[in-house]
Order: sequence, then structure tokens, then C-alpha cells
Amino acid sequence: MKQTMEPIITTQDKTKTALAVGAASFVSTRNSCKLCAPLGASLVFKGIEGCVPLIHGSQGCATYIRRYMISHYKEPVDIASSNFSEEATIYGGSRNFITGINNIIKQYKPKVIGIASTCLSETIGEDIPGHIYNYKEANESTGGKLPTFIHASTPSYCGSHAEGFHNTVLASIKTLAEFDKTGSKITILPGMVSPADIRYLKELLSDFGIAFTLFPDYSETLDNVYTAEYQLIPSGGTTVHEIQRMGNARATIEFGTSFNKGFSRLKDKNAMQTAGEWLESSFYITNHQMPLPIGIEASDKLVEVLESLSGQKLPEKHVKERGRLVDAYVDAHKYVFGKKALLYGEEDFVMAMADWCREIGVEPFYIKGADFETLREKAEEFKPDFLLGNSKGYYIARERNIPLVRVGFPIHDRFGANRMHHIGYRGTQELFDRVVNALIEYKQENSPIGYKYL
Amino acid sequence: MAHILEERQNQVSTAGANERTIDCNKASLAGSVSQRACVFCGSRVVLYPISDALHLIHGPIGCAAYTWDIRGSLSSGPELHRLSFSTDLQERDVIFGGETKLYNAALELIKAHKPNAAFIYSTCIVGVIGDDVERACRMLEAETGIPVIAVEAPGFQGSKKDGYKVACESIFKLVGRVNKPIPAKSINILGDFNLAGELWILLEYYKKMGVHVNATITGDGRVEAISNAHNAALNVVQCSGSMNYLAKLMKDKYNIPSMRVSYFGIEDMSDALYDVARFFKDDDMMEKARILVKEEISRMMPALAWYKERLTGKKAAIYVGGAFKAISLVKALRLIGVQSVIVGSQTGTPEDYELIKKLCDEGTIIVDDSNPIELSHFVKEKQADIFIGGVKERPIAHKIGLGFCDHNHERKEPLAGYEGMINFAKEIYATAMSPVWKFTK
Repeated sequence: MKQTMEPIITTQDKTKTALAVGAASFVSTRNSCKLCAPLGASLVFKGIEGCVPLIHGSQGCATYIRRYMISHYKEPVDIASSNFSEEATIYGGSRNFITGINNIIKQYKPKVIGIASTCLSETIGEDIPGHIYNYKEANESTGGKLPTFIHASTPSYCGSHAEGFHNTVLASIKTLAEFDKTGSKITILPGMVSPADIRYLKELLSDFGIAFTLFPDYSETLDNVYTAEYQLIPSGGTTVHEIQRMGNARATIEFGTSFNKGFSRLKDKNAMQTAGEWLESSFYITNHQMPLPIGIEASDKLVEVLESLSGQKLPEKHVKERGRLVDAYVDAHKYVFGKKALLYGEEDFVMAMADWCREIGVEPFYIKGADFETLREKAEEFKPDFLLGNSKGYYIARERNIPLVRVGFPIHDRFGANRMHHIGYRGTQELFDRVVNALIEYKQENSPIGYKYL
Repeated sequence: MAHILEERQNQVSTAGANERTIDCNKASLAGSVSQRACVFCGSRVVLYPISDALHLIHGPIGCAAYTWDIRGSLSSGPELHRLSFSTDLQERDVIFGGETKLYNAALELIKAHKPNAAFIYSTCIVGVIGDDVERACRMLEAETGIPVIAVEAPGFQGSKKDGYKVACESIFKLVGRVNKPIPAKSINILGDFNLAGELWILLEYYKKMGVHVNATITGDGRVEAISNAHNAALNVVQCSGSMNYLAKLMKDKYNIPSMRVSYFGIEDMSDALYDVARFFKDDDMMEKARILVKEEISRMMPALAWYKERLTGKKAAIYVGGAFKAISLVKALRLIGVQSVIVGSQTGTPEDYELIKKLCDEGTIIVDDSNPIELSHFVKEKQADIFIGGVKERPIAHKIGLGFCDHNHERKEPLAGYEGMINFAKEIYATAMSPVWKFTK
């Protein structure tokens, strides 16, 4: 039943398949690498200014997702639930929806409510756009401005949290973006990156002098300063106005190559678009789609686009960062050359990481759509020197007694995940240092004599 | 109290003169951002520590992914419980039914892992799409020869507490399947989850008293011992919110009496030992308990006095899953000079809250099924210094400058028993006295 289980095993030469991996040997998913779609939706909603996410389903969905995100970001993550009961499941969830919205408005006074569906609400056929319409109609006359509603369809039986994320980016833009021809900003859709990555991108674009809208921007909402007071809705995020104005941007930059295309809904099989593609087909905005800029080559691609959009050369500060990165590559190249890395995580992230590995002489291994147990079994064949991925692969690293370099989401067993860079010259520098040092540390720790210099 | 939603006003009360009875045992309010989870979660956390059973979650991926290796519940042997298995239902399965997939998935896993029993959890949509999980379980049981138990836990069918009940029913389906002779003075331990090895501390105490522990049902649990649990003389129940129902089922069918205990703090821990000795009407056992308690207390008193001297005057907020634990925490905090100014739980009963009211100082806020907004208001209002709760409460506490002690199921330090009390004091001290707070004032 696992249709996505085609093997992609890569070596230095992208066209050569080093090891053939058979189709999934198990019907069940054992220690899943993926999470469910409403988590991705919640993350996007946390990147909208003044937004409270509402998960239309059972109480557990919201609580589990909160717990999962809190353990990674170490920040309060308030996500409301419409708290389905048996009655709601049989007769429909409209009453819970209304109560939920009313209570969110009463407590949080949000500018936006982002509604994600769940497997339950989708299966029983909840008409969320209908609920929103009815709610607006019933309440608009009572005075007072209603929040903006955004709805993303995110049943967990379709795709993973990554698809949930991209579908929600698309849904938000589809809901809000308005077309006119007056804009001069560019839109940047970075995908699932860390708060530090978002801050870096903003700095890079600002240094180029480019006016931009970055979406979703959870760089503050999920990596906040100490506030002393409990902020009902943490400050920061892309504003509704900015998303509305995306319809008149002069270009879109979109990171990713697989996006929400890893699966297709039965009902709209070939109609799945990314947000950038939708903006291009609906509003004629040029879409610059590119892999996540991890590594020098991938970052150069981004810089090229930024140079052409801004008419500016890469600012000196960043030229220096690139130069230092090249210098670091040279200094430490032999510590990584020929090493084998086992990669896992969101597909776009893994593809970009794999390209970066090749760039520094590391052989990447990954299996599309695999769960952790499959990876664990295949690791016996690959014999990786280290793991590069989130903290859930730790047990494999522990069993094999090899280092795990923690990147991406979720990192539940360390601090600082939100401050971790992955993209651009700066992120690559950080990644490179961490990988090199993990390998050196491993060798040192396992050395019979120990040494104090390289 | 403007920060409390109207419908929730009756779920908050204060100890003292104008006390009102807390309205609890009700579903969480839509949109209130409850700290609770769902029926599935309740059943999953209770059954999770049965370490030689296969736990297969039938549904889309989320429910299994979020509960993978979720509890710090240790096993002295098999670790099958630490793997997360899911049927990972796809859209096609939802439309055409997931029963075959379930059957195939369970069969391959049972063959691969050779568990002593299998629990098949039904999540939200399984109830809706009408998969006959019971039938699949019967077929699997016939095919494999091990007990295969359907855990009917669609998230929407109540609250987390209803999930506890489902778990109790599922465990009860195992009880009585094995008949092995055990010593007369045998107990079962219910509702200790062996977090950070806490159960093993208790086993040592009971061993010293000459009590035989038969089944440790919810911590380091094993299918065979649970199947033989009906031969014990007494069920000793901690975390009564989750396990009282199983004790009741066993009382009704096998006539096994039960007692409610807590292993947190000196008083409650000691009572847990004395009460068992009293039950068996065994003077020798009682004497051994007395010696044990005396030794432990005299060993720890100087340390506790040291902490008390330094912590006196500090105020704590407690918000935990079970109310009975909250009661123990109030007492344990008192031992080290800390006053509890807010006491709340996700799943307390009216009796629990009455007990809390009697126990607490006047003005203590008592709350059922709270949320971040309320909790953050309460701690400001009461000027608490320390918060005791779980993962979801930690960032709330930290964001507003409160110390935090994790008393939830992910903790890595044992807090039960006498040495647990010292760890607890240490942790409270560490969080209350850290120099970092000077930057948050």
C-alpha cells in the first residue's frame, strides 16, 4: 500500500544508484518520520500576525500538536480546538465551530483565525467554508470587526506535515491575495525553515535593499524574547495586509522542489499547485522556484536571483561570509570527504541537505517515504558515519554508536533549535562546522590515546 | 474574573470561607485551549508501559507519531512499547475501509516482534468509517494465539479521562487468563508508571516489608503478570483518576479489595506502606515498615531541613493531570516550606477537589481543566514563584518569570518515594534559587 516507497539512493554521482532498496517490506508504518498535516498548518498560522490557529477536530489533535511544537520551540504555543464530541461527530460540528470561534474571539481578540481541518472533520464531511460563511453572516451585523478567517484543508490521511504546511501557505494566499499591478515588493516563501533562518533571510534581502514580504514569518512568534507578561498572541508574523498585497508583487521566490506534490488528493489529482505557481498562474507573478539554499551552489542560485531582482551586487558583508565559508571548506575538507550520511526529514529539506553533502564530498543516503525502522534496517547496508536529521533518529545513532547532527524539525532533546541556521552562506557555515566537529569529536572520543590538537 | 470564560466560571474556586463546589468531570470547552488531550491519549498513556505487548495504532499517522516514546516509563526487560506502530491510513483506506490493512499490519508485526499480547487502538476516523476492529482482533487472536485486544479510543468519545476507562477495560480483558500460584501476601501496583524508575524504588520498600508484588500493571508491566493479577490479595492504586476503574472491575469480578495511595512526599509515602501492612494485619510487616520509614526519614531529615530553611516563603502553583497527585504535592511542598497558592488538575473529581480545599490555605485558587490564559493570570494574581506541571505549562511559566518543576510523564528524575522527595526538593530549590531570575525582574 506504500506507493511512495520508491528507492532513491544516491552517491557522488547523482545518476548512479549505489544500492538498490526493495519496496516497503512492511504494511505498517514503524516509527514514522512524518507527522500529520494539521501540524504543518498550525506552524503556518503561527506565522501570521495576530493569528490563533483552530484545529477543527478532537481535543487531542490540538494538544498533541501544541506539545510537539512547544518541545521544539520552547515557547508557548496556543492552538484552539473545536473539541469534537460524539454528538458533533454524528450531527456535525457547526455548533462546536461557533462556540470555538466565539471563545477564541472572547479570549484572544485575534486579527486572524486560521482553521485547519483534521481526519475526523474531513471524513464526516464538515463544510468549513460553509461554517465560516454562516458565522460571518450571523455575526457581521452585530457590530465589531470580525477576524479574518483562513481555512486550510489538512486531513492527516493525505500527505504529511510538510504537505499540510504548503497547503496552508497556498490556502492563506488564495484566501487573501488581491490582484492589482501597483506593487514593487517581492514575495518570499521559504517553506519550513527555522526562526533563525527566517531572520537571516530578512537580513539578506534587506541588505540587498529589496522590499519584500516573507510568509510565513514565525521568527518572533515561535522564538520570542522574555516577555514577563503572557502575550495572548505573541507579537510578530506576516500581516494580513502584506499577504493581501502579495497579489501585486513583482516576483515570488519559493524554496522547494517537491512541496505538496508528494501526494495527491483523489478529488483534485493533477490540480495541486504550490503557492508560487498559483500566484504565477493567477496573477502573472514570475515565480523563482529553487531548492532550499543549503550549500554554496544552492545559495549562489538564490543570490543570483536576488542580484537580478535588485540590480545590486551581493553586499560585501555576505561576500565575506561566502569567502569565509569557502575558506572553512578548504581547511576542513579532508575530515568530511568520503564520509557517509544518513538523511531523513521533510523531502525538500532532505534533497537540499543531500546536495550540500555532495558539495563537500559526503555521500548522502536517504529513502523517500521511509519510516525510521526501515532506515534503521537499511543503515545496516549503508553503514553511515553519521546521521543528519531531527532528534527522532537519535535511537539509530545510539544503536550504531555514531554521531547525530541535529538539524530541522523536531529537535526535542536539545536547546536552541529556533536559533539554528541551515540556509544561505551563514547557515551552511554553521552546518559545516557542526558536521566537521561532530566527526572530529567522534574520532577523538574513540581514540585509544586522546589528543589535544588535530 | 474577566479572563475566565463564562462557561468555565464554575470550574474555578478558592479555598476558604465562600467556597463553591467545583464543576468538573465535563468536556473541555471548544476554543478554550484546554491543556487536556483526548480519549485516545488517555488510553495510550495508561497502556503504554506494558512493555512486552505490541501497541498498534489504527488511523492516520498523527496519533502514532505524537505518542512515540512519549513516556519516560522504564522497562527492566522488553522495550517493544517504545516503538510506534501505525496503520498510517491513507485517503483510499478511508474510503474503502482499513480493516484489511489493519489485519495485515498487525499480523506482520506480531510475526516480527513476537509480543505476548497486542493492543489495537482505534482512533477518531476508525469509528466513523466503520472498520470492525473487534472482528479483526478475533481473527488475529485465532491466527496468532496471543490476546489481541481492541482499544476503542476514538478521540471524540469523551475526554482523556474516558480514555483511562477504555484502558482499564482493555487491561481487564487480559486479567484472568493465567493462573499461577503466588504468595498469600501479594499486591498488585496500579497507577505507578515507573517514570525514571520510580516503581523500582517502591518495589524495594515492599520487599523489605515482606510484601510480594504480583503485577505492576502500569509500570514495567508484563502481559503474564497482568493476566495473573486476579490472584493477588490487594490492589494498591496510585493515580486513582486513571486506575480506580480497573480496581473496581477487579473488585466486582474477583472480589479483590483496593486502596488508594500516593508515593509522593513523606506522609503519603509512609501511609502507602503502613496501609498495606495494616491490610494484611501482620505485626511483623508493620514493624518492618516502621523501621524502614524511620531509617529513611532520619536519613533525609537534615537535607529537608536545609531546603526548608531556604525555601520558606516561596509560593507554588500546581497544575497537573491527576488531582490526587496534586494533593500529595501540596503536602510535599509544605514539608519544604513552600505554600501552594494555585492547585489545579485536568481530570479531578468533586471528591478530589473537596479534599484539596480542606487541605489548602485560605485563598488558594482551585481549578479544573484550565488553560494558558487562566493559568498565567492566576500565577500573577497570587505571585507564585514556582510552577509545577508538564511540558505544556513550562513555557507559560518561563515566559512570565516563574521557576518550573516538571512533574509530568517525561521527567527523567524519580520524584516518588523518600529519595524522590529529596530529588523534588532539589529541583524546587534549583529552579527557585537560580541567579537567572535577576534578569527577569
